[in-house]
Amino acid sequence: MNPVLSLRGATKRFGGLVAVNGIDFDVAEHQVLGLIGPNGSGKSTTLNLISGALSLTSGSIKLRGAPISGLAAQDITRRGVSRTFQLVRLLPSMNVRDNVIAGAVFGHRRRWGGEARDFAERLLERVGLGGKGHLPIGQLTYIDTKRVELARVLASDPRLLLLDEWLAGLNPTELQDGIALIKSLRDEGRTIILVEHVMDAIRSLCDCCVVMSSGSKIAEGTPAEVEGDPAVQRAYLGEQAHA
Amino acid sequence: MDILITGLLLGGTYALIAMGLNLQYGVARIMNLANGELLVAGGFGAFFFYTSGQVSPFLTIFLVAPAAFGVSWLIYRIMLRPLVNRAKSRGQLETDSILATFGLSFVGVGLMLAAFGGDYFNYSYLARPITLAGDTFALNRVASFLAAVVICGLLYLWLNRTRAGLSIRAIAVSPDSARLVGIDVPRMAAIAFALGGAVTAVGGALISTYLTLDASAGVIFTLKALIIVIMGGVGDVRGTIVAALFLGVVETLVASLIDPGLTLAAAYALFILVLLFRPQGIFGKTPT
Amino acid sequence: MSSAEIRNLILTVIALGVCALLPMADSGYWLSIGLSIAMFTVLATSWALFSGPTHYISLATAAFFGVGTYTTGLGFETLPFWSLVALAGMFGALMAALVGLATLRLSGVYFVIFTLGLAELVRQVITWAQNQSGQKGLYVLTDITEAMIYWMLIALAAAVYLTGWLIGRSRLGFALRIIGDDETVAAHSGINTARAKVLLFMVPGAVAAMTGAILAPRYVYIEPSLAFTPMLSFQVVIMALLGGTGRLWGPLAGVVPFTLLWESISSNFPNQTTLLLGLSFLLIVYALPHGFVGLLDRLRQRVTGGVS
Repeated sequence: MNPVLSLRGATKRFGGLVAVNGIDFDVAEHQVLGLIGPNGSGKSTTLNLISGALSLTSGSIKLRGAPISGLAAQDITRRGVSRTFQLVRLLPSMNVRDNVIAGAVFGHRRRWGGEARDFAERLLERVGLGGKGHLPIGQLTYIDTKRVELARVLASDPRLLLLDEWLAGLNPTELQDGIALIKSLRDEGRTIILVEHVMDAIRSLCDCCVVMSSGSKIAEGTPAEVEGDPAVQRAYLGEQAHA
Repeated sequence: MDILITGLLLGGTYALIAMGLNLQYGVARIMNLANGELLVAGGFGAFFFYTSGQVSPFLTIFLVAPAAFGVSWLIYRIMLRPLVNRAKSRGQLETDSILATFGLSFVGVGLMLAAFGGDYFNYSYLARPITLAGDTFALNRVASFLAAVVICGLLYLWLNRTRAGLSIRAIAVSPDSARLVGIDVPRMAAIAFALGGAVTAVGGALISTYLTLDASAGVIFTLKALIIVIMGGVGDVRGTIVAALFLGVVETLVASLIDPGLTLAAAYALFILVLLFRPQGIFGKTPT
Repeated sequence: MSSAEIRNLILTVIALGVCALLPMADSGYWLSIGLSIAMFTVLATSWALFSGPTHYISLATAAFFGVGTYTTGLGFETLPFWSLVALAGMFGALMAALVGLATLRLSGVYFVIFTLGLAELVRQVITWAQNQSGQKGLYVLTDITEAMIYWMLIALAAAVYLTGWLIGRSRLGFALRIIGDDETVAAHSGINTARAKVLLFMVPGAVAAMTGAILAPRYVYIEPSLAFTPMLSFQVVIMALLGGTGRLWGPLAGVVPFTLLWESISSNFPNQTTLLLGLSFLLIVYALPHGFVGLLDRLRQRVTGGVS
């Protein structure tokens, strides 16, 4: 079975600092992979490497067997990789629906006009924002802004979804709603990489986890397996406890 | 060979001017398009004191520098700080400060036109020849170059050996991190901006000893300073000096061997090459 | 098309028709002012098509304009006039593409600086070329009257409005609004940001060059410092920003008052036009960041709003 995504020896250096150090892992189709680790371990950098926001220093990243590591972000998006951002990025001059349409127009299935509008409306329903398409984004609650970003990501028909700490900053109720939403995406059969600190979410959503620390992979396995791994516990116990 | 030396002499003064802009853009993050007008004002100051009081420009700079420092500081606090505060992104701040300093530059030109008229002004100071390495050069160019070297050297020492200089360099690298380690970013940014203005004005006073200026000559200097700063890498002092010397030599080469009317074309050609192949400049950091 | 759009279309056609009547009413001072207003409307509106959504401030207008003027100046004896205008348009587009490819991949600051000196650069090169050939300037002697120039400008204005309207409804226009809002999001949504910017930048490049070509007969004698006045770039930027780039008709709202103000200042205080430019820039930055259009929108919100 061909993995959807495969990293071999992925390394990113910023001058003297090695942010990501020879990472290997595969993501299989329909799998939800959790990328976890303490702050500064290189998780977001890895995601940036996959999405094309940063370029690899060495190693390879392949999407369905084809290398994507030299490509610009827009080309990687067109090949079916979409992501959310750690700090939600919405388009301030447009309303909710147009923000979603932005994802639908330029992806690998280019929609326009009425077709794009209907598609966006369906996605808004999907993420729990039905009927709010006309609102300016300045009026949204925090979790609703995250829903809009998720809808925009879904609008580009991604084959691989990258969620960068999508559950961060939510209150307990919102967190449950958020986890339920991602669970429904998983149930649809989507392939997802989840960068998260929230262990509850990891346990209930992920089939497999990769644990990073200081740029290197220190463990891989099911959430139960990595939680019991002494190397992982050492990495986390060196810090304040997270969720 | 004498082209090389003449070019270096020119480049030295360019370095001083570009240094001023480097402080303003690299630290205060303000693209000051009114930079050239401050240069011309410095030149006017030197002209005025020399023609009316026979005061050497090398002494006038001690008057010009604090005056320019004060004016620049006021401009930053009154006009530019509000833009810094209201900008929601770095890109917006850059656009706003470009337009605002642009407006300022025109106001500056307008005021200078009103005060001094539209004529060219120059004066003869140290226009004697001096022999170096077998060729003759104008003493005023050599003297300006030496003064520029001294001032650049002092600046370099200040930036690299003093605490204040360290704060300034820290802000140039990352204002947010600088804030986190307790540096008073707004105050230091204002100081950097004012210092940049002072340095530019001094450069103007020096350059007026051997170039003819008029109220509207500022724009070309601003352009060249911008090109130098970008070529050398924003925020980097060594880069600015190297790029300035390089531009001085290239311009002199083009002026002597091809046509004096194509100096700006030469500067632009260099600029395009940098933009195409190394937009972060010679000493700049690769953009992530 | 919605009923609002049909109404706007009819109003625009009527307005253009009324403007076209001007030469019948007056052939002196008012035609001259009308011609300036028409010219600046064309320049400012096409400028805003690019610089509005992307927030990249282009100061290259004078360079494109000068290229167009010289196209007419060099070719009017050998080619029919309309073909010169078209040729100028192509040169302008080509030049814009080259400038765009060099600078639009980078942040807006590099673009502004580059375009700031572009007119001066082209002027220097042409002056040098003229010195080599021994010719100091070009005479453009044609039968084209001011009225004809005026009508050509009105036609070009109509074309610019149509283009702007079409772009606004197109994928390219949408892409550029996204780029202007957040370029990272644009790239991650699959937009080739550099290509979109370059493509759109070719529009004001072509239009400004065509305007220069159309205006050449009015100057009669063309020389580099006349054809490439940097002032033109600054005036266009001010008018477009003063009016506001949020609407297609926004720049027009800036062109009319500023042109009239400029005329009166340059007749009464000819040395203070520079000061006027400077104060206008400052006014825009500090008081009217979104121009008159923005002001109108804010007033409308306050009147109809309450809780917006």
